[in-house]
Amino acid sequence: MSLIASNLCLKADTEYHLNDVCFEMSKGEIYTIIGRTLAGKTTLLKTIAGLIAPDSGTLNLDGRDFGRIPVWKREVAMVYQQFINYPHLSVYENVAFPLKQRGMLKTEIHNRVMKSLLQVGLEGFEERKIQALSGGQQQRVALARSLVKEANIVLLDEPLVNLDYKLREQLREEFRNIFTAKASEDAILIYSSTDPVEAMQLGGQILVMDEGRILQQGNAKAVYENPSSAKVSQITNDPAMNLFEGTVAEGKIILSPQIQFDLPRHCQELPPEKYNFGLRAAAITLDEGGFPFTIELSEISGSETFLHLKHEHVKVVGLLDSVQNFNMGETITARFDTTHLYAFATDGTLKSSPYSGMK
Amino acid sequence: MGLLYTCLKYLAVSLWSIFVIAPFLWAISTSFKDFQSVTNGATYIPWVDFEPTLEGWRALWKSPAKGGVDIVEPFFNSIFVTCAGSLISILLGTLAAYALSRFTFKAGFIRNSDITFFFISQRIMPPVVLAIPFFIMLGKFALLDTLLGLIVVYIVLLMPIAVWIMVDFFNKVPREIDETALIDGCNPYQAFYKVVLPNSIPGIIVAGMFCLIFGWTDFFFSFILTFTEVQLLPVAIVALNSSITPWWSLSAAALVSVAPLIAVAFVVERYLSKGNLSGALK
Repeated sequence: MSLIASNLCLKADTEYHLNDVCFEMSKGEIYTIIGRTLAGKTTLLKTIAGLIAPDSGTLNLDGRDFGRIPVWKREVAMVYQQFINYPHLSVYENVAFPLKQRGMLKTEIHNRVMKSLLQVGLEGFEERKIQALSGGQQQRVALARSLVKEANIVLLDEPLVNLDYKLREQLREEFRNIFTAKASEDAILIYSSTDPVEAMQLGGQILVMDEGRILQQGNAKAVYENPSSAKVSQITNDPAMNLFEGTVAEGKIILSPQIQFDLPRHCQELPPEKYNFGLRAAAITLDEGGFPFTIELSEISGSETFLHLKHEHVKVVGLLDSVQNFNMGETITARFDTTHLYAFATDGTLKSSPYSGMK
Repeated sequence: MGLLYTCLKYLAVSLWSIFVIAPFLWAISTSFKDFQSVTNGATYIPWVDFEPTLEGWRALWKSPAKGGVDIVEPFFNSIFVTCAGSLISILLGTLAAYALSRFTFKAGFIRNSDITFFFISQRIMPPVVLAIPFFIMLGKFALLDTLLGLIVVYIVLLMPIAVWIMVDFFNKVPREIDETALIDGCNPYQAFYKVVLPNSIPGIIVAGMFCLIFGWTDFFFSFILTFTEVQLLPVAIVALNSSITPWWSLSAAALVSVAPLIAVAFVVERYLSKGNLSGALK
C-alpha cells in the first residue's frame, strides 16, 4: 500500500498553504512531518484526511484517486493537538463511536474497544465521562479512538504539544511503542510536530515543511546529518543550528577579525567566497583557548545550560551538559568544534557537511 | 469601613429584592381577597388583615355567564401557540445557525454576518411597523383570528432569537468535533445530529427559554391579529380590566400566566449556568 501525493497546491488569497507538495509514503512506516507553526503541516494532514480539498494536485492510495473519496468513507484516523473527544459520551462510547458507525457487531466492538483502551493504558476508565479525565487521559482516549478503527492511514497532528513537559516525555515513550506496533500492522502513520527531538526520537521517515513546501524528505538520520539547506538545519535542530556569515580565504574561515579558524578537513575544497556556516549548539563549548564572547542570556533547562553568546555581529547559542550559573554581560571564551561545521551557500543550499563532505 | 460596606451591600440587595418580589406578594395576597377586602383600603396579610377566599381562583374557570372570567381556553391557546411557535423556531433556527456558523456564504457584498444581522434586524424594528403588513398578509391567507396565523407570526418573531443565540453557541463548539465525527465515519448530517446537536443542548435550551418568554408574554400581536374566535392569555387578562375590575381574579389570572415560565425556568435553570462542552476541547 502506498500513498502518493502529486503537486498538491492550496492557496488562500496570496498565501500558499500547500505549495507543490509531492511525496510517496509506504505501509509499515512512520512519517514525521516537521515544521514550524504555520508551515502547512495541519493543512497537509487535513488534506490527506479529506477535510480540505486542494486547489490542484492528486492523492493516490494504491492507484485509486483518494481525493474523490469523501472523508467519512476514507479509512483514516486522526488525533488533533487539542484533545478532541465527544463530551456527551463516556470513554467507552467515545472509543466505540467509529465502530458503531460501521455497523459492527456488539461483541466485536467490545473486544476492539477493550484492546484499544488496554493499549493506551485506560482499562478501568470505560464508564468515566470525558470531563472527568485529565488532559493526558483525554488525549489517550482520542488515540484509542484512532487505533480502534484499524485504519490504513493514521494522522497525528502534534498530539503531545498541549501536554505538560513531564507527561509529554512519558507519553512520547509510550506512543512511540504504540506507533511502532501500529505501523507494523501495515498502516501508514503520519505524525506532525514542531519538535525536532520528538521527530528524531520517533525515527522513521522525516518530511521537513516550511511555507507549504516540502523542503527535504528522507530518513531521520540522513536529514539530521545532511540538512539540504540552512532552513532545514534550523527546523530540524533544537535549539536551531547556529548560522553565522563568514568568508573562506587563505585556508581559513573568517567570521570577524578576532574569530578566524582553519578550514576543517571536510571543507577544504570550498572555493574562497562568502558562506553561511552552521554549527549545532552542542559543538560550542567553554574553553580557555577559545574566542571571547559576551553572555547575553543564560538559560538552565533540566540538567543543561544554554548560553546565548555574542561577539560583534556573531551571535551563537552554546550548550553545556551541566547546570552552571553565569552573569549577563560576563565575558567568556568559547571553542567551536569545527569538525561538526556545516557550510551553506548564501542562497542557503548545503555546500559541505561533516558527515558527507563536499556537495 | 468593611462593615459599613457590607451593610450597604445587604441593604441594596434587600431593597432590590423587595422591589422585585413585592408585586408578586401583592398579587398573591390580592388573589385570595374578595370585593370587600379589596375595597376596604390597603390590606396585606391573610387571616390578620382579611379573611382569605378562593373566589378569585374559582372564577378563572367559570364562564362569564356564571360570574366567572374563563381564562382556561385562552390559557391553552397561549400554550399551544407559544410552544408550537417556539419549537418550529428552534428547529429552523438551529439549522440556520449551524449553517451560518460552519459554512461561508457569499452573495455579492453579503456575507454570513450580514445574514445573521438580517435575522436579528426583524427584532430591531418596532412591532407596530410589522403589525400592518402582518395584518394584511394574514388577511389575504384567511389566517386572521386563527391559531395557525398566530403561530406563523410567532415563528417570524421568534426565529431571529433562536438564530442569534445558536450562531453564537455553535461558534463556540470547536469545528474539530465536526471534523472528528466525519473522520469517524459520519456524513455531514450524522455529524450534526449525532455529535454537534447533543453537545448543543444547553444552547438550545437557552434559545428555547427566550423564545418561550417572548412568545408567552407577547400582547401586541395577539391583540392586533385576533378578534372573537381566538384569544390568548395576555389579551384575556387585559380584557378583565373593565369598569368594575375583579382585582382578585385579575391577580389570580396574572399568577397563572406567570406560573408556566417559572416552572420552565426551574427545570432548565441548571442548563443556563453551565455548558456541556468542557470535555470537548481542553
